[in-house]
Amino acid sequence: MTQPKYEPYDFANRRHIGPSPVEMEEMLVMVEANSLDLLIEQTVPGTIRQTDTLAWGPALSERATLDRMREVANKNRVMTSLIGQGYHGTILPPAIQRNILENPAWYTAYTPYQPEISQGRLEALLNYQTMVCDLTGMEIANASLLDEATAAAEAMAMAERQSKSKATAFFVDENVLPQTLSVLRTRAEPLDIEIIVGDPFNDLDPAQVFGALFQYPGLNGTFQDFTAPIAALHEAKALAVMAADPLALCLLTPPGEMGADIAIGSTQRFGVPMGYGGPHAAYMATKDAHKRAMPGRLVGVSIDARGNKAYRLALQTREQHIRREKATSNICTAQVLLAVIAGMYAVFHGPMGLRAIAERVHRKAARIADGLEALGFEVTPKEFFDTITVDVGGFQGLIMRNAVEAGINLRAIGTNRIGITVDERTRPDTVMAVLRAFGGDNLSYADDFPHYRLPGALERQSEYLTHPVFHMNRAESEMTRYMRRLADRDLALDRSMIPLGSCTMKLNATVEMLPITWPEFAELHPFAPEDQALGYAEMIGDLNAKLCQITGYDAISMQPNSGAQGEYAGLMVIRAYHRARGEEHRDVCLIPSSAHGTNPASAQMAGMKVVVVGTDENGNVDMADFTAKAEAHSGNLAAIMVTYPSTHGVFEETITKICEITHQHGGQVYMDGANLNALVGLAKPGEFGSDVSHLNLHKTFCIPHGGGGPGMGPIGVKAHLAPYLPGDPRDGKGAVSAAPWGSAGILPISWAYCLAMGGEGLTQATKVAILNANYIARRLDGAYDVLYKGANDRVAHECIIDTRPLKDSAGISVDDVAKRLIDCGFHAPTMSWPVAGTLMIEPTESETKAELDRFCDAMLAIREEAAAVERGDWPADNNPLAHAPHTVEDLVGDWDRPYSREQACFPPGAFRVDKYWAPVNRIDNVYGDRNLVCACPPLDAYQEAAE
Amino acid sequence: MLKFTEDHEWLQIDGDSAVVGITTHATEQLGDIVFVELPDVGAEFAKDDDAAVVESVKAASDVYMPLDGEITEINEAIVEEPAKVNQDPMGAGWFFKIKLKNAADAEGLMDQAAYEAMIA
Repeated sequence: MTQPKYEPYDFANRRHIGPSPVEMEEMLVMVEANSLDLLIEQTVPGTIRQTDTLAWGPALSERATLDRMREVANKNRVMTSLIGQGYHGTILPPAIQRNILENPAWYTAYTPYQPEISQGRLEALLNYQTMVCDLTGMEIANASLLDEATAAAEAMAMAERQSKSKATAFFVDENVLPQTLSVLRTRAEPLDIEIIVGDPFNDLDPAQVFGALFQYPGLNGTFQDFTAPIAALHEAKALAVMAADPLALCLLTPPGEMGADIAIGSTQRFGVPMGYGGPHAAYMATKDAHKRAMPGRLVGVSIDARGNKAYRLALQTREQHIRREKATSNICTAQVLLAVIAGMYAVFHGPMGLRAIAERVHRKAARIADGLEALGFEVTPKEFFDTITVDVGGFQGLIMRNAVEAGINLRAIGTNRIGITVDERTRPDTVMAVLRAFGGDNLSYADDFPHYRLPGALERQSEYLTHPVFHMNRAESEMTRYMRRLADRDLALDRSMIPLGSCTMKLNATVEMLPITWPEFAELHPFAPEDQALGYAEMIGDLNAKLCQITGYDAISMQPNSGAQGEYAGLMVIRAYHRARGEEHRDVCLIPSSAHGTNPASAQMAGMKVVVVGTDENGNVDMADFTAKAEAHSGNLAAIMVTYPSTHGVFEETITKICEITHQHGGQVYMDGANLNALVGLAKPGEFGSDVSHLNLHKTFCIPHGGGGPGMGPIGVKAHLAPYLPGDPRDGKGAVSAAPWGSAGILPISWAYCLAMGGEGLTQATKVAILNANYIARRLDGAYDVLYKGANDRVAHECIIDTRPLKDSAGISVDDVAKRLIDCGFHAPTMSWPVAGTLMIEPTESETKAELDRFCDAMLAIREEAAAVERGDWPADNNPLAHAPHTVEDLVGDWDRPYSREQACFPPGAFRVDKYWAPVNRIDNVYGDRNLVCACPPLDAYQEAAE
Repeated sequence: MLKFTEDHEWLQIDGDSAVVGITTHATEQLGDIVFVELPDVGAEFAKDDDAAVVESVKAASDVYMPLDGEITEINEAIVEEPAKVNQDPMGAGWFFKIKLKNAADAEGLMDQAAYEAMIA
């Protein structure tokens, strides 16, 4: 037989898929399958297999992919957008762009649930939280939310829980950003919250509301001191939320000093490109008294086993994976990479730099206002930060066109006014061009005498960013080394596989990442005229079509910014569908007990009642229980939420039956797409019975995890649900996020993946993902029990191994195993989910046989170490597992342990020269939660903690 | 009279009043407790209402009202120092005291032997 020709530019098989053909042969022997296709036949039920193949032309080489991306990018027009409305031009410092945004050490990291290997980004996030606290004048800030509009919605829900008022209405400032109002309306409706919109100084009756939201500065530039309405709200036991622009807060009185209970906003203009809508990090900060009600992740300071300072995620138990339908919110993904960038922007500029930038922005706005007044226009408000409104009578169209011809987008307000918002990128030339668009000529630009039109009474007196991290020497040499030091503390995909079950930590190829920083994708304002975004339209349209083909759905909404938001959006679609059919009473949502914790939390937010369906001993949906509950709730059944393949990593044979029975009882099927990586090219949810799914583009379609965000969770629906997809957040119904296409700026990643893989490559990737999982399952079987296999003893794309017996036999916990893997140079698999005390391993298709073997060797050696403890060779509390991870501090300290330094630091799997050294010993979670500190502590405090 | 609920609460009942806490078994399941939230004195709850919250580093769970009644006293010491619940769950780690609406309802709860059989 002749060897197939070697294709050096075959992206799917050379670059994306890990195992080589020779390696795959060896692996198939190990799993006792005669061929890859045979393995798939034994694994994926024939009843759901698709009959057609994914077809959209041949796969492209990396070069051809970039050419195609460039062709599409060129159809976008990069303009100077002075539209404002929550999105601003900003300058991403090149050092941050290259060292963070374009650096796989940062963008391929996972959420910092294993804190010992995440100290770098945890410190970066702590900087971010400190920055937010300082700028807003609040006491505690979280590590980011998805966007300003959803942060406002989270604040509304939080205010309802925390206020002692019995009122059921929420007041919203009429100067709020329109997209924020849209999302608030969507979120309020199923929770029976009434939204009252009005003027905070004339229309707000505090007795009538449990809370209120004020925009600062307002949409059209107005500034008001909200101290009085906030005090009135507090009198009535209601809470005050302020949506504030962090750059404005560098010059003006912060929300905390006006008495606000919660502050939210977007940190986009701190160096994060607009990206046609996202991703950006929204912030949320609150008073200490409300910290436990705050949604999202929170970085805190604790100590490690040696008493040294160490960071970790605090108050984890409030999260929905534990609280489920009682969770405070379904928020799971944050916007870590973007929060890191915003925080680093503050480190990079320091308080003096930020103040200077804010002043420059303001002076240019003042210059435009002065110029327009000189031309005879009425400009409001008289005092402002960066946004002014101009009365233009009948000339709106003419001026807007003039501006566009000069390369500038302004914001039309009504029919006779124009809004202008100045940003960090605004140059003197831009100021002149704006004035010319309004008819000015013979202008000269003088910036030599600063002219301020800030509201004097609101001038900021308090200091901010006083911590030393914001006062480092800001030479690029220092900055680069700081970012490098932080990156080196973390274990990301650029160093080793991250076998996290359910998280699909696959390759984020460079070719997919390159286009996102091209200005044609990065610098478009989400509300720019559509004829400037034809490239985006083409790309989104094509990606849409491909995703429909992959899933069997008929329509897609790109709006949801995370998987959990996709769940919420999907359930809201189902809700709207039932209502449109006059079946408002359908509000029961069946959810298997094995579901992702976000499922019940999302259902609760969508106004549904959760009924839990049991799971049988094999981890499958208990069909008898399911059938009984579907029948019992037949008249009120709204939906079932089911994950496929199951969260236990099994292709359940009963899935079509579940869909059928749900439909018989008038319900809709929501299939959680978290495990779509096991289906692409093999089976289509939309064909085997599901009505709606979210697709985690950050899992299956290569958007990197960014250390805990961004994510993207577009939803696909069958045709009958298409009319109820989320509307445009500017004016439509049912918007779930601030921007029309969600985080459009990262869609090029998923599109590039589809282009370079081709339909055949994507299908092959799915098959190899299943092969890799079965290979690991087979290699570890015997040493550990592999739980939950499907038909023919096969697992899907992930497998669960049982470490609980080690607890009984040797006192070794699943934590010990996870931390010992760090010594071996690995990120632990998913711990204690979906089954407590077990590890769930998902290798993805991108890992080579050598890497899988290194991981299996490490796991087998750990089992041997546990056996040594079982035999009594080592005490249960003094062995390499109990002390893991080992650090350089251990090596240089006194050594009185019953195992050697060599055994401690170089277990099987660990690299000798390229050894990954954990920067801290095991972190004390209890200390951290009992002594909660969530901002950068003063430097000497670290030492005190240790003593 | 010492009684237990299926949700791992204990009650030391004396006439129409009772001291309520969580069982040793519950604290072992939760691990190190880091936070306790208690109801207001004077609050009235029906049986099975969420009355308090307890958080460890592993889990957050609600403490349910074991019987209909009114909160008469709360244990501020465990709010200050949640570790007290782990140290002495059946004693100094008590949560709150209640005045029972119907003292006779207590008959429906488990005694120590029944509870120990349940968790065995």
